[in-house]
Amino acid sequence: MLKTDNTSRNLCIAFVLLLLVGLILPNWLAFLTTIALAKAMVVVGLVMLMRAGLVSFGQGLYYCLGGYTVGIAGQHLGITDAVGILFVSAFIAGCLAALLGLLLCRYREIFFAMLTLAFSMILYGVLVKTSELGSTDGFNVAKVTLLGWQPSPGQLSLVVYSLACLVAFLTAFFMHRYYQSGMGFAGEAVRENEIRVEYLGVSPQRVVFIKYVLAAMLAAVGGSITAMIAGHVDPEMAYWTTSGEFVFVALLGGTGHVVAAFIGAFLFEVIRTIAFDLAPYTWQMILGTTLLLVIFFLPKGLWSLLKAKKVGGNNV
Amino acid sequence: MSQDSQPRKNSRFHLTVFALIAMLTAVLSVGTPAPAQAEDGTFKLGLVTFLSGGAAGPFGVPARNAAELVIEAINKGTLPAPYNSIGIAGQAIEPIIIDEAGGGTKQVGEYRNLIQRKNVDAVIGYISSGDCMAIAPVVEELETLTVFFDCGTPRIFEDNKYKYLFRTGPTSTMDNVAAARYVLDINPDLKSVSGINQNYSFGKDSWADFKGSIQTLKPSVEFKTEQFPKIYAGQYGAEVSSLMLEKAEVIHSSFWGGDMEGLVLQGAARGLFDDFTGVFTCGETGMFRLADQIAEGTILGARGPFGVYAPKSPLNDWLRKNFMARYGTPPTYPAYKMAQALMGLKAAADKAAATAGKKPTQDEIIAAFTGLEFEGPGGTVKMALGNGHQAVQDMYYGQYSNKNGKPTMTNVKRYPADCVNPPDGVTSTEWIKNGLKQASCK
Repeated sequence: MLKTDNTSRNLCIAFVLLLLVGLILPNWLAFLTTIALAKAMVVVGLVMLMRAGLVSFGQGLYYCLGGYTVGIAGQHLGITDAVGILFVSAFIAGCLAALLGLLLCRYREIFFAMLTLAFSMILYGVLVKTSELGSTDGFNVAKVTLLGWQPSPGQLSLVVYSLACLVAFLTAFFMHRYYQSGMGFAGEAVRENEIRVEYLGVSPQRVVFIKYVLAAMLAAVGGSITAMIAGHVDPEMAYWTTSGEFVFVALLGGTGHVVAAFIGAFLFEVIRTIAFDLAPYTWQMILGTTLLLVIFFLPKGLWSLLKAKKVGGNNV
Repeated sequence: MSQDSQPRKNSRFHLTVFALIAMLTAVLSVGTPAPAQAEDGTFKLGLVTFLSGGAAGPFGVPARNAAELVIEAINKGTLPAPYNSIGIAGQAIEPIIIDEAGGGTKQVGEYRNLIQRKNVDAVIGYISSGDCMAIAPVVEELETLTVFFDCGTPRIFEDNKYKYLFRTGPTSTMDNVAAARYVLDINPDLKSVSGINQNYSFGKDSWADFKGSIQTLKPSVEFKTEQFPKIYAGQYGAEVSSLMLEKAEVIHSSFWGGDMEGLVLQGAARGLFDDFTGVFTCGETGMFRLADQIAEGTILGARGPFGVYAPKSPLNDWLRKNFMARYGTPPTYPAYKMAQALMGLKAAADKAAATAGKKPTQDEIIAAFTGLEFEGPGGTVKMALGNGHQAVQDMYYGQYSNKNGKPTMTNVKRYPADCVNPPDGVTSTEWIKNGLKQASCK
């Protein structure tokens, strides 16, 4: 069934390259790349919703949930296995999303955006009031293990980096195929005309529901990886500015292709770190200007550049 | 896609690819420092403080200003004794300033950049306790000397032991234990207390410490209302009403910066602090700006022997005179704490250099720093807690008075460091709960 196309092949190559590069990357760049991959996971889910015409301003809810799952599992329950926790946090996020999704799948446009935002701010409020979990200061995350093996602090970042690469690769690979599937196209159909979708015998609410749950699970995995590499979680992960950052990255990369989210996330981290370095007083302006330029000149994100080349190459 | 748009698209593509390559080259070039840098006689110092956001105005920028002033003086050797030698162990300081905004994860990334990309010799920074918590484990991983100068949570050195991490500012426990003692010293018949604190870690911890200390020192005191408005709320109409209705003799608040000023102004408009005594543990930063609005007798704290409470000394005079001359305002406590961190680092490095007889290694500086006693602009600093990594200082409180048209503090009381800080190895929470034992107050 899994017939390979160019993208699937390129993804495999990129995965192997990323793993090899990880061995020679300086530690700070590996950290930055891991964070970018983790955020890209959240953005992939967000882009999936955006393709169905829905912008979630509350992916921070699941991002934070994933992070706190890692933190609580390691610090309070003694579970530190990295792979195991990823599954657990995806499962927990999936359950919560299935519950909230029942309500959310009935709403569209600004109502959907505001409701998702509201739910993530509820989690933020609850965490701020919970002094057992460190309130706004958050708490530190125990070092993760991999299938019973405890990596030394030096190895840890490489382990999490490789894990992030693997998870990101699997996500990109299956998301790419999902976009080509009936369910994938149904999203765009919902965006264009829900009534026609219903006449085709597909329930738009169900389409949105499934996408919302999938996006939540991806966001939780992204949050878990962030917590593992950063070693600390705080309620800021659920704050609306964090969710806004994901929307920023989604716009930067574009919704045209699954890989766009990864390019967007990486560039966002690189731009931000350069901006911090070059302009400690005005770094926000550099980020803002970048977003403005992208919206003015590349309304479909950076991905439209690569697409332009492809079309150009075929025609010339 | 129409044919005529192709060339334009293509050239745009090339342009952008060019831009991306240029940008990546820029990253990688900043990413590969010349290896000789560490040995050319400069001491690279990362400085992290808020340059944007709500904490920048009251804390981040005064601290940055103090850093500029003190670093310049250290490099010229113009600080008063004992800091009148040039540089840190003879090396001129080369500061690299980073904004603390962006949250814990972002700061961990930027901290890694400072150590691994910029090859700094040491880092001084961090105002937010959340950022301090996130950075602490990374300090041990990357094994570079790091000094926290401001963040207040006692959890850092109570929960873990560190080798490379120091904090030259006292913890927030001291502010509130001393506030409780002061309130009872000036009013031994105290009957009731209310609190208004921000709904986040610092506000909650401050209130818990204050309440706990009062309960320990005078169990009969009644607690009327505990208000927790959210941070940066700005409007406290409802809270002020509630505080006025409950009529507690003393109102405790750990509000800082704009929130503190907002509460003072809104309370003043309704006479809240004329009728009931306000205790502002971070009130000193607003003392001169709000000279006409702060009620007579309001108790103000400066989170240590800083600002108006700093005892007279050549270092203090130097800081006040030069800070005032350059920035036009007196230095507030964040400025003092930054100056204190820089002096602590210099004291440790100079001591290590004197012992070693040459440029000291990082381990030698750390050995000298551990348990060090040094002079800061706020008096003597003892690295007494957390196995010699956490500072304690004397604490002062006083009552505000503007009778002669000049804002001053009256009834100033000094609490020795041992009186308002737990003994080493005991956590603040346990110490307060178990009756503030072993406290030697004169």
